[in-house]
Amino acid sequence: MIRIDSVTKRYPDGTVAVDRLSLDIPDRSITVLVGPSGCGKTTTLRMINRMVEPSEGTILIDGVDSRQQPVNTLRRSMGYVIQNAGLFQHRTIVDNIATVPRMLGWSKDKARARARELMERVGLDASFAKRYPYQLSGGQQQRVGVARALAADPPVLLMDEPFSAVDPVVRKGLQDELLRIQAELGKTIVFVTHDIDEAVKLGTMVAVLRTGGRLAQFAPPAELLSDPADAFVEDFLGADRGIRRLSFFSSAGLDLLTTPIVAIDSTAEQIAARGATDAPYLLVTGLDGRPLGWSEPGALTAGRIDADRLLPYGRPFVAGRDSLRAALDCAVLSPTGWAVAVDTEGRAAGVVSQTAIGEAIRGAHAAGREERPTPEETPQKVIR
Amino acid sequence: MNVINFINAFFSDSAHWHGYDGIPTRVGEHVQYSLEALALAALIGLPIGLVTGHYGRGGNVLSLVATAGRALPTFGLLVVTTIVLGFGMLPVMIPLVVLAVPPILVTTYEAVRSVDPSPVDAARGMGMGESGILLRVELPVALPLIFGGLRSAAIQIVSTATIAAYVSLGGLGRYIVDGLYQHDYEKVVGGATLVAGMALATLAVFWAAAKVTVSPGVRGSN
Repeated sequence: MIRIDSVTKRYPDGTVAVDRLSLDIPDRSITVLVGPSGCGKTTTLRMINRMVEPSEGTILIDGVDSRQQPVNTLRRSMGYVIQNAGLFQHRTIVDNIATVPRMLGWSKDKARARARELMERVGLDASFAKRYPYQLSGGQQQRVGVARALAADPPVLLMDEPFSAVDPVVRKGLQDELLRIQAELGKTIVFVTHDIDEAVKLGTMVAVLRTGGRLAQFAPPAELLSDPADAFVEDFLGADRGIRRLSFFSSAGLDLLTTPIVAIDSTAEQIAARGATDAPYLLVTGLDGRPLGWSEPGALTAGRIDADRLLPYGRPFVAGRDSLRAALDCAVLSPTGWAVAVDTEGRAAGVVSQTAIGEAIRGAHAAGREERPTPEETPQKVIR
Repeated sequence: MNVINFINAFFSDSAHWHGYDGIPTRVGEHVQYSLEALALAALIGLPIGLVTGHYGRGGNVLSLVATAGRALPTFGLLVVTTIVLGFGMLPVMIPLVVLAVPPILVTTYEAVRSVDPSPVDAARGMGMGESGILLRVELPVALPLIFGGLRSAAIQIVSTATIAAYVSLGGLGRYIVDGLYQHDYEKVVGGATLVAGMALATLAVFWAAAKVTVSPGVRGSN
C-alpha cells in the first residue's frame, strides 16, 4: 500500500502546491486524483516516484519510507505513463517497450520477447513492433506508453493524465482497455485526471483535490456522487450527478415484460393475445429473436408485417450487464417510452417502461442508503 | 586566360601530382590539419554543449563566449600566436579551434535544449540516470542538429586551414600563398579549386555520417 502521510509541497517562492495531504492508496485498485488545474494532483503523483521531493511529510510504500532506497530503484519499481506518451522517437516500438527491462539488465532477446507479449496485452498488432513512434496515431502511441510502463511488471503504475490528449472516441477505447488490463493484472494504479467522468469511470477510489492542494473528499465514486462532502465537490461533479450515479446500479433487478413481444411470423391469434396486455405497443422481433421495432397492436396484420414501417426502438440495453443509467437512457430515447432489454446475443429479453425504471431507481437509492459502508469500512477519510 | 584554363593547366601538369609539393601530399596535409582542428574543437564543444544543454543552464555565458569567438579575426590571432609561440603546429591549431568551437558549442547546446521534454520526463520517471537520459534519449534526437554544427565548423576549418601556409606549414594554402608570391595564378586557382573541392567533400562526408547514425525514427519525425 502507498501511504501519503501529511505531505506538503512548498516551492521556494512560497507557493504551496500540496497542503498536508494524507491518503491511503489501496493495493490492486485504481485510485484517481482529480481536481481543477492548480490543485496539486500531478505534484502529488510525482512525489510518489520522487520526481518531486516533498517539503514535509512522508510517503510510505508498503510501510517503508520512499526515501530509503535509491531514487532510480524506486522509479524502476513503478510504471510511469504521461500525457503525450513520451515515446523515444529514435527507438522502434518494441525497443521503446523494452526500455526498463533493458535497464534492469535483461538480455535483448528476453526484453524484446516481453515487449511483444505486452503489445498483445494492450491491443497493439504485432506488425507495429518494428515501426517508429511517428508512424503511430496518438491513441496507439499511448498504448505503447502503457505497455512500456508495464514492461518490467511493476506492482505500481503511475498515470499522469494519460488519455487527455486523444479524442473522446479513442479515449473511451483506452479507458475500457485499461479497465480490462487492470482486471487481468491487478496493479496498484494512481491515475491523475481533470476529467471527473474519467475519474468516476475508472476509479475504485477517487480523491477530489481543491485548488491549493487540499483534499476535498476521498471516497468510492458512487459515494462521491450520492454524498458530495461539500459545495466544491458537488459543483465539480457537475449538474447531472444523479443521472450519472445510476451507472452504479445494475439493471438486473428490473421486471422485464415478455408478453408485449411478437415474432414477425406470428399468427393473427398470437398478435391478438399479445395485444391484450398492459403495454400500449408491441415489440416485433425477427426470426432470430432480435428486436425490429415497435408497433400499435391494431396496426399489425399476421403474415404481412412490414419491418420498415415499425417505430424505431432506440438503443437496447443488455439486461443484467448494463446499468440502470443505460436502461433509463434507452427508455428516454425510445419513441414509445419503453426500453428494450436484450440478452448478450442481442435477442430481445423483454421490455420495461419508464415508470418501472423509475421505481427501480427509487428502490436502488433506498437500498444504497442502507448499505452505505460504516466509517471503518470506508478507506481512510480525510485527516486534516 | 580564364579560370577554367588555369584549372585545366594546373591539374594536367604531371609535376603537380608528385613529390613533397604534389597534390596528394598537400591534400593529405590539409586533411590532417583539418581533422586535428575539428577533433580538438569537438572535444571542447561537444561535451560542454551536451551538458549545458541537458541542464538548460549557462546559455547566456555560452552565447557570450560564442560571440567573442566569432568576433576574433582568425588571421590576426594566427599572427599573435605565432609571435608568442613561434613557428609550429600549435599556433595554427589555436585560431582554427577558436573558429570551430562556437558553431559546435552553440548548436549542440540548442540541439539538446530543443529536444521534446516529455520523453525526457518519461525516461527520468522510469528510473533512467541523468547520463543515460543525455546519451540515450536526448543525444539520438539532437543528433541531426549536432551534425549540422559539426558540419559548418568542419567547412570553416577546411577553408581556413590555408592560413597554415603563411607560417611555413603545408596544406593546400601552400599553392595559394606561393602562387601569389610567384605571380603563378595557375597555382593560386588550382589551390583554391582544391580547397573548394575539399569543402564539398566534407559536406558529403557529413551527409553520409548522418545517414548512417541518425535513427530512421528521428528522420521520420522531423
